Amino acid sequence: MELAGIPLRHVARRLGAGIDGSLLVVVGALVLLGFATLYSASYDAPGRVLNQCVNLAVALGAMWIVAQVAPQTLMRFALPAYLAGVALLVAVALAGDIVNGARRWLNVGFARFQPSEMMKLALPLMLAWYFHKNEATLRWRQYLVAAALLALPVGLILRQPDLGTAALVATAGFFIIYFAGMSWRVMGAVAALGAAAMPIAWNFMHDYQRRRVLTLLDPTQDPLGAGYHIIQSTIAVGSGGLAGKGWLNGTQAHLEFIPERHTDFIFAVYSEEFGLIGNIVLLVLYALLIARGLMIAANAATLFGRLLAGSIALQFLVYAFVNMGMVSGILPVVGVPLPFLSYGGTALLTLFISIGLLMSIQSHRKLVQT
Amino acid sequence: MAELRNHERELHHFHLRVAVASVLVLVLFGVLLARFVFLQVVQHDHYAARAEDNRISIVPISPNRGLILDRNGVVLARNYSGYTLEIFPRRVRSLEATIDELAELIDIQPRDRARFRKLLAETRNAESLPIRTRLSDEEVAKFAAHRYRFHGAVEIKARLFRQYPFDYVASHALGYMGRINQADLARLEEEGVEANYRGTDFIGKAGIEASYQHELHGTTGFEQVEIDAAGRGIRTLSRTPALPGNNVALTLDIRLQQVAEAAFGPRRGAVVALDPSSGAVLAFVSKPGFDPNQFVDGIDPQYWAELNGSPDRPLYNRAIAGTYPPGSTFKPFMALAALELGKRTARSTINDTTGYFVFGDRRFRDSKPGGHGLVDLYKSIVVSSDVYYYILANEMGIDAIAGYMKHFGLGARSGIDLQGEVSGVLPSPEWKTKRFRRPEQQRWYPGETISIGIGQGYNSYTPLQMALATAALANGGTVYRPRLVAYIDNPRTGERRHVEPEVLHRVPARRENIELVVRAMAGVNREGTGARAFAGAQYTSAGKTGTAQVIAIKQNEKYIESKVAERHRDHSWYVVFAPVESPKIALAVIVENGGFGARAAAPIARTMLDYYLLGKAPPGLDMPTPEDDVEDDREAD
Repeated sequence: MELAGIPLRHVARRLGAGIDGSLLVVVGALVLLGFATLYSASYDAPGRVLNQCVNLAVALGAMWIVAQVAPQTLMRFALPAYLAGVALLVAVALAGDIVNGARRWLNVGFARFQPSEMMKLALPLMLAWYFHKNEATLRWRQYLVAAALLALPVGLILRQPDLGTAALVATAGFFIIYFAGMSWRVMGAVAALGAAAMPIAWNFMHDYQRRRVLTLLDPTQDPLGAGYHIIQSTIAVGSGGLAGKGWLNGTQAHLEFIPERHTDFIFAVYSEEFGLIGNIVLLVLYALLIARGLMIAANAATLFGRLLAGSIALQFLVYAFVNMGMVSGILPVVGVPLPFLSYGGTALLTLFISIGLLMSIQSHRKLVQT
Repeated sequence: MAELRNHERELHHFHLRVAVASVLVLVLFGVLLARFVFLQVVQHDHYAARAEDNRISIVPISPNRGLILDRNGVVLARNYSGYTLEIFPRRVRSLEATIDELAELIDIQPRDRARFRKLLAETRNAESLPIRTRLSDEEVAKFAAHRYRFHGAVEIKARLFRQYPFDYVASHALGYMGRINQADLARLEEEGVEANYRGTDFIGKAGIEASYQHELHGTTGFEQVEIDAAGRGIRTLSRTPALPGNNVALTLDIRLQQVAEAAFGPRRGAVVALDPSSGAVLAFVSKPGFDPNQFVDGIDPQYWAELNGSPDRPLYNRAIAGTYPPGSTFKPFMALAALELGKRTARSTINDTTGYFVFGDRRFRDSKPGGHGLVDLYKSIVVSSDVYYYILANEMGIDAIAGYMKHFGLGARSGIDLQGEVSGVLPSPEWKTKRFRRPEQQRWYPGETISIGIGQGYNSYTPLQMALATAALANGGTVYRPRLVAYIDNPRTGERRHVEPEVLHRVPARRENIELVVRAMAGVNREGTGARAFAGAQYTSAGKTGTAQVIAIKQNEKYIESKVAERHRDHSWYVVFAPVESPKIALAVIVENGGFGARAAAPIARTMLDYYLLGKAPPGLDMPTPEDDVEDDREAD
């Protein structure tokens, strides 16, 4: 078979170059589950499924492009991306749009976007590059600089205020530092210090942030207000039972008891309709995804690759754990989408670029060694 | 080489950290799995039930209220379906802003706002409250087009409203409806029927609407509805229909009622007309009345203030809650008591040459100066001699009077099927002991007995009691429990329950004694104080006029009507039954401050009897047929 004179097999090989099959299969399965759930959650707005298809196409394209780029080339983007991200965060702080009391959005004329979102990739990229550059002379000074590089954007995001994104960006950066070999003792000390600082942090928290924490501790205190999300999503999960109510049969979802059921709370819809069995399938898929990511990290040719892949893999863990934990009522409500299932173009794009980065690191592991 | 080893060591370290991270993955996912098992297996039943609770709402279906009919089947109270514009106070931020926005679409008057605020203050836990009622079709359409602007905080509702086609007529018999308030709710809970009132907003507050509330209400139905988070019904799962309330047919004749009320005009007072053979109430007037239609959807505060503030007290049910000294209408009963107790015979006479009776150092005056001369029992009633009854009362003594009068039901609640009846006062030494605190007040003075004889003093009876006593004279001595309801129809089964006559008292009286008194009362209308009012009547009738003093006239003062303030003028009484041979109707009329009984009260009775016995409607009286519906009462107020 030929297409425009070029053998189709050749086209397929070119397209498949740099694409990691096992990653693609796992991600594909997750995306399929996502579409099934989104379809069920979107009975009132069927256009969402089509929109998500477009988002997926764009994200897949981005993944493919990133997968073709060698990690050395990627490293060149690290510093500019980081600097641009910080600059944009500063711009937000000075001239951002205020939505729901938080200054998170930057209006760039034709669209608004959240610069904090790009920091989720730019910060690990920057730190991985920084450690890679200083690989030979890693001392405590480098870890301090890394910590400062982390603190700057995280601090800016905290100020917006956006506790959830700040935590995610911070963990993404932290994972780099962790894999770079930060001493256990220092990490332990920082953790202890952090725990001790909790009461102080409480004082600096905004009212709605405190409320979220309090609501988690006792959702029944405010059943119609902040506790409503947790109560209703917990009911959805619990009523799903072992095998679930069946696809398209979730009453909690279809009667609009679940807020944000397309986005952050899509897991409630999934869990209600597919039950414990469905949840185990989902956990296994995420575990496979993270395992593949960690495997790529372990096999990576450079420190940059190792750190970046490890951080990305653990970011998937954080996203999945925080989201499912929030929906099932063991973590506070923070704006974290469920990877590959939640509706939304930006999140999907970020995730597939991450997958593309993993693929790039995986496919270029030998090239560098020679 | 060192560098390579270093590199390998670093790689080893890195792999260690990957392994630690893998353990973290397992731990965190283990936590999630444990949580899922807890929620979806251990607690599954609990959450499944809660999801079901979420999903299903029990929606009450309020039953159609039963109709109220008159004795001929004319509808006195019915329901009509109307659209109301209702605000859900808990779903709006600013009520005023919402109402302002509504006012741009739909005509909202200051009185609507005032009424809404009153409702809001009275009913704290209501889901929704009407800001406007009786919307026109155009208004409904106009709001529907702009409904989205209010985000579910304002909705159109179709409700059934009570309607009284005769407006003011018989308002004190029918009563009115009002919103269920906290006190009503507490009472319903006490009676254990609050479940049947879920979804019901209105309840009878007075009159038949109140006393037959449970008959009229019906049985509330229920619908299991699947609802969404906003409480909107998605689909009906099951339905138990409401059972309509029973129709209540009154003993009232609405035409007779109209004739009586028209004859009353703007004056204050009451009429109770009874069927002497059963105690059925044929007409029940208390003037002034009110328009019960005004109460239907939450009364306009201004109208409420008018009703409550008026010195005429339109909400006061004079027929059963107003008590008045009976004046000379008491005399026939005194006469019968005297005959029965052997104090007088038909032939015994007194000679009244002075026009007063002296007791101790007090003079008890007759209305006729100079006296009536020789007076026997017949004449004593026909000319209404006071002196005859002063002497009689003095001879009988208070105990004998009180002991006999209680057989007529005077001074006791009759147990009519209306709320708010009072007992009045049948004076006796026992009553005085109970009524007063200080010993000198508690004592009965013999002089007090004398004015009792002419129906003054402590005597105080409701118009209903006077009608009952008159009916007992008409039927030979039986006092029936008065009642407004003839029968109750179950509209579904067609079952009809008649209310049977119930005897309250039998007056111990021989037939010839009653006939003697009746003959004298017939003389009143033929040649006595009622003769003018009954001139040319084509039927026989037995009546008695009466005048009840409102203020005491001093010993040597003369009562001159024109010099007395209107409200201090005497009350005008008249009791009558007809025809004498086979009485069909007995009634008592009182016109407050009407002056002499013969002048104000008797003509009203004449008009009513002419209509009831001869079918003669007074000329010029507009008697709308009940089919002439009053569509919109908004213009009427």
